[in-house]
Amino acid sequence: MIAVMTANLSDPRWLRRLLPAASLAIVLIAIFAINQRAASYFGLSLMLQYAVPIALATIAQMFILTVNDLDLSIGAFVGLAACIAGTWLATEPAFCILLLVLCIAAYAAIGALIQLRNLPSIVVTLGMSFVWLGLAVILMPTPGGIVPDWLKALMSWKPPLIPFPILATLIIALVAHLLLMESSIGAVLRGAGGNPRAVDQAGWSLLKIRMSMYALAGFFSVLSGLALVGLTTSPDAHIADRYTLLSIAGVILGGGEFVGGRVSPVGAVIGAVTLTLTGSFLIFMRISPDWQIGAQGGILIAVLALRALIKLKEAR
Amino acid sequence: MLETAPRIVSLTGMMKSFGAVQALAEVDLAVGIGECLGLVGHNGAGKSTLINALAGTLRPDGGEILVNGAAQNTDYNVRRAHGLGIRCVFQELSLCPNLSVAENTRVFHKRLRGLGWRRRAADLIQRKLDEIFPGHGISPHAIVGDLPIGQRQMVEIARAFTVTDDPLRLVILDEPTSSLDAVAGKQLLTFVRKIVAEGGSCLLTSHLLGDVLDYCDRIVVMKDGSVVAARPAAEFDRASLVAAMGNVVSEARIAAHERTVRQRGATPVVVRAKPASQTDQGELIAHKGEIIGLAGLAGHGQTRLLLRIYEAASRKSADASITGPVALIAGDRQNDGVFQLWSIARNLTIRSIRALLKSLLINNHAETDLAARWRERIKIKTPSVDNNILSLSGGNQQKVLFARALGSDAQIVLMDDPMRGVDVGTKLEVYDLIRAEAESGRTFVWYTTEIEELAHCDHVYVMRDGRIIADLARAALTEEKILQASFQDKTGREGLAA
Amino acid sequence: MSNLQAIAARMGDRRWIWSFLGAFGVWLATILFTEGKGAGDVLTAALSFSTFTVIVGIGQMFVITTGPGNVDLSIPSTIALAGGVAMKIMGGSDGLIIVGLAASIGSGLAVGAFNYGLIRVLQIPPIIATLSSSFLVMSCAISYGRGLQVKPPSSFADFTTAQIAGLPILSICAVLFAILMAIILERTIYGRSTLAIGQNMRAAWLAGVKVERTRCITYMMSGAFAGLCGALLAGFSGGNALNMGEEYLLASIAVVVIGGTSVAGGRANVPGIWGAALFLYLLVTMLNIFGVSAGVRLVLTGLIIIGMITMAGGEKTGR
Repeated sequence: MIAVMTANLSDPRWLRRLLPAASLAIVLIAIFAINQRAASYFGLSLMLQYAVPIALATIAQMFILTVNDLDLSIGAFVGLAACIAGTWLATEPAFCILLLVLCIAAYAAIGALIQLRNLPSIVVTLGMSFVWLGLAVILMPTPGGIVPDWLKALMSWKPPLIPFPILATLIIALVAHLLLMESSIGAVLRGAGGNPRAVDQAGWSLLKIRMSMYALAGFFSVLSGLALVGLTTSPDAHIADRYTLLSIAGVILGGGEFVGGRVSPVGAVIGAVTLTLTGSFLIFMRISPDWQIGAQGGILIAVLALRALIKLKEAR
Repeated sequence: MLETAPRIVSLTGMMKSFGAVQALAEVDLAVGIGECLGLVGHNGAGKSTLINALAGTLRPDGGEILVNGAAQNTDYNVRRAHGLGIRCVFQELSLCPNLSVAENTRVFHKRLRGLGWRRRAADLIQRKLDEIFPGHGISPHAIVGDLPIGQRQMVEIARAFTVTDDPLRLVILDEPTSSLDAVAGKQLLTFVRKIVAEGGSCLLTSHLLGDVLDYCDRIVVMKDGSVVAARPAAEFDRASLVAAMGNVVSEARIAAHERTVRQRGATPVVVRAKPASQTDQGELIAHKGEIIGLAGLAGHGQTRLLLRIYEAASRKSADASITGPVALIAGDRQNDGVFQLWSIARNLTIRSIRALLKSLLINNHAETDLAARWRERIKIKTPSVDNNILSLSGGNQQKVLFARALGSDAQIVLMDDPMRGVDVGTKLEVYDLIRAEAESGRTFVWYTTEIEELAHCDHVYVMRDGRIIADLARAALTEEKILQASFQDKTGREGLAA
Repeated sequence: MSNLQAIAARMGDRRWIWSFLGAFGVWLATILFTEGKGAGDVLTAALSFSTFTVIVGIGQMFVITTGPGNVDLSIPSTIALAGGVAMKIMGGSDGLIIVGLAASIGSGLAVGAFNYGLIRVLQIPPIIATLSSSFLVMSCAISYGRGLQVKPPSSFADFTTAQIAGLPILSICAVLFAILMAIILERTIYGRSTLAIGQNMRAAWLAGVKVERTRCITYMMSGAFAGLCGALLAGFSGGNALNMGEEYLLASIAVVVIGGTSVAGGRANVPGIWGAALFLYLLVTMLNIFGVSAGVRLVLTGLIIIGMITMAGGEKTGR
C-alpha cells in the first residue's frame, strides 16, 4: 500500500484524491468561522450525530455502485431496518436479529435476480423501495417503538478526546477500505465492475459477486438503521427517505463514479460526513428555511465544480 | 512436424453456424507440442470462430475437441480450458481498466491471495513483462485504464504467460501485434519462438503475413469456413499464401500501386495541422486530392493529430485548419465506430442524415437507397442492410464505417489505422476505392501501422513522441527511410535497432 | 428479409405490448371485482391521470435514452415551480392563459438549461446535477409561491378537466403529443442523434453527430415538459401545491423502463410510456378498490413492478 501511495505522489491525480478531504476541511473551517463553539468536542458530536447512519448508508450504496448498479431503495430499507429494530430489538433481540438477517438475505436475492435476468438495477430497486416502504408502513404506521438502552448508550457514548461519530466513521472507513481496496477479494469485486466479462472468464462467479455486494449493502444498511434507531426516540417508516439520494451524493462527492468500478470507501465516508455537516452549516448561517434545501444543492454543486476545475488542470 | 507427432489440441469436424451463416464447416485443426501454428484467412473465413471454440468462449454446434488426447464434453469452457493449460489473448482486451496491473494479475490467478498478495502479483507480472518485453517501462501498480493501448496489450499478453496453479501448454494469440508497435511485436514473436523451443505451443492468427511466414512452423489457411491448406511454413511464400486465402489478386498488384504522379502544390491546400508538442516549423499539409500518410511507431501522437484536424471543423484553432467538411474513420470500431443496436443501414447513413432530409423529416427511401448503393459499391457481405450491424464480420463492419465516411459530404477523410485486423481482400478493395475517391478530389489523411500501405500515399509524415520528425515525398519513400525516421530520437541519433 | 419483416423492424421492438397487456389485465381484474360497475369511470380516470405521467415520462425517456447515467431528477421541483408560475401569471384571468403557459414552459426550459450547464460546464454527473438543481428549484418554488393561493382561470380549469364521451380531451392531446414525439424520435436529426449518442457518445461524435447540442435540447425539453405538466396539473387540481410533483419522480422513471426503453440508452419506446402509465395508475386504482391498506398497496405495487420487469427480461448487453 505504501508503494502505491508513494508511486502516486508525483501524480496530478493526487490533487483530485485530496478533494473530498479538502471540501470537508472547507466546510469545517466555514462552520468554525461562524460559530466558534462548534469547534468543541460537544459541538462536533452534535453536528456529526447523524454522520454515522449516513456514512453506513453511503458505504452500502458504494458497494452497489462498484458493480455498476444503482440502488434507489436504500432509504426505504434503512427505514425498514429501523422499524424492525424499534419494534423488537429491545423486547425480542434474537427474533429481531433473525428478521434483519432475513432482510439481508432478501437483498442478496435481489442481487441474484438482477444478475440472472440481466435486469436494470434502477427499476428493480425502485420496485423494492415500494416493498420495503410498504413493509415498514405495515409494521409501524405511526412513529413509535422502543429503543433498547444499550443502543442508545452506544450512540451517545462519549469517548475521551475524539467524539464518537468521528471515531465511528473512521472505523467504518477503515473496515470498508480494507475490505474493498486492500484485500485480494476486493480486487476481484472491483474488477467485476470494471470488466465483468473478463472476471467471469477468469473463473469467478459473477452471480456470487453480485450477491455478495448486495448482501454487503444490505448489511451496512441494517447497521445504518440500527444507528438511526439509537439516535432517535421514535423511528418510523419514512425516517431515512433522504438517505437514498444522500448516499449517492456521498459516494460521488468522495470521488466515486457510476460506472467502471471506480470507488473510494474513504472518499465515500468523507463525502457522507461533508453532507451531514452542510445541514448544520446552513443552520448556523441562518439561511431562511425556504432556502435551506436550495443551499444544500448549491454546496454540492460548488464542491463538484472544484473537482471539475482540478480535472481540467489534470488534462493539461 | 510429422503427422503422428504428439499434439496438445486436436479439433475434428468443428461445426458452427450463426443463423444462416455457416462459420465453420467440418474443420479439423491440430496443434503439436512445441509448435507455433499460424492461422490465416480473410475475415469471415472462420478463424475467430475456430479459436473461440478452442479457447472455450464459444460452444460449437458439432465436432470434437481433444486436449492432450482427452476428449472434452459439452461443458468445456474457458475455465476448463484454463485448467488444461490453454490460454487465449483476444483483440478485445480482458483487463479491468479500473484495477492496477498487479490487481489484474490477481484476478487472473485465484492462488494470489492472503497476506502479501499484492507484492506477489506485482512481482509475477513484472518478471514476465521484463522477460517478454525488455524495456517496457510499465509499473505493476499503474492503473490499466491510464495506460495507452499498446501497453495494455503488452500487459494482457504478459499476463497470459504467467503461471501459478494452472499449467501453460498452449497460448492462442489473436492478432497480437495489431496494437503493438514494431519493436514490441518483434519482442513478442521472438519470445514465442523461445516458448516453443522449450516445448510450449502457440497458435497465432495474424493478417501480417510476413510475421506468420517468419515465425510459424506450420501454417493453416482458412477460407469460407473450411481449411484449404495446412503445410509447413517453409513451403509457403507470400504470393502462395495470398493465393491460398482465395484472392484473385496477384503479388504484382500488391507491390506496385499505380498512382498518377502529380506535382505537389498543383491543387489548393485543404488541411494544415501542427501537433501540440511540435517545437519547430514542421506541420502536416495536405492538398486537395492527395493521400497523405502518417507513419511512425504506434501511439506516438498520430491519432491525436487526426483528432486535432477533426476538431478543427467545429473549433477555431491556431494549430489546425481545414477548408471543408471532414470525416473520420475509426480503427477501434467497437469503441469509436459501431452503433451496436442499429442496423447496417442506420450505421451507414448516420453521417449523411442531413442530406437525407425532406422537409424536416428523414426520407426513408433516400436512406435505403444510400445504404443499398454503398453496399454494392464497397461490397458489404450481407443478405440485407436492415440486419443488425453485429451480424457482419469484422472486416465488413469496417467497410460500413468506410461507407459512412465516403457516402457523406466529407471532402477530407481522416483514417485512424482503419485496416487493423482487416483481411487482405477487404483491404485491396478499399485501397482501390480510396484511390478512386482521391482522383475525384477527396483528400485523405491516413494513419497506418502497416508500412506497405504507405505506398499508396503521395506524401508521408513520420511522427515520433508526438511530433512530426520526417517529411517524405513519394519518390523518396522506402521502408528503410521510414523505419529509420521512426526510431530516431530527439537528438537525431539512431535509437533502438530494428 | 420479407417486406413485412422490414416494416416490423422499422417499427421498433414491440416491448410496449407488455405494458398495455399489463394495463388491460389490471383493468380487467378491477372490473371483475366490482362486477362491471364503474368500468368506464375507472378508464376515464386512468386516462386522465396518466396524461400527466406521460408528458413528463416522455421527457424523461429522451433523457434516459441519451446514455447510461442520464436521468432527470429535477422533474418534481420543476413541476412545483412551473405550477406556481403558471397560476400567479395567469392570475385567474382567461386572457392570460397563454402567457401563463408560456411562462411555465419557459421556467421549465430554464431549469433544463441550468441542468445542462451543470452537466456540461461543471462536468457533474447528470444524476447529481439534476438532484442538486432540484434542491435549488424547490427553494425557488417555495419562496415564489409564498402568499395567496391563486386559482386557475375557469376556461383553463375547464379545458384540463373536459371530456368527450368519457375521453378526457387532455388525454387525446397527450396521445397526439406522443405520436408527434415518436415521429421526432425516429425521423428527425435530433431523434437519430439522441439514439446514436445513447449507444456510444464517442462514436456519435466521430460520426458527425452534434453531441452537445443534442444533449442540451434533451435536457431543456425534459424541463419544458415538466413545466407544461406543472401548469396543467395546477389547472386540473384547482391550484398549485408544492408537493404536486413528488410522485412523478419515481413514476417518470418507472414508466420509461416498464414501457420498454433501454436504461443503457440508445433505444427508446414511446407507445410503451402510455401503456406503462395506464398500467401504473390502474394498478393503484385496483388496489384501492380492493380495499387494501396503504402499506400492502405499496408492497404489491413494488412486487408487481418487479414482476413485470423480470418477465420482460433485461438487455442483451446492458444490466
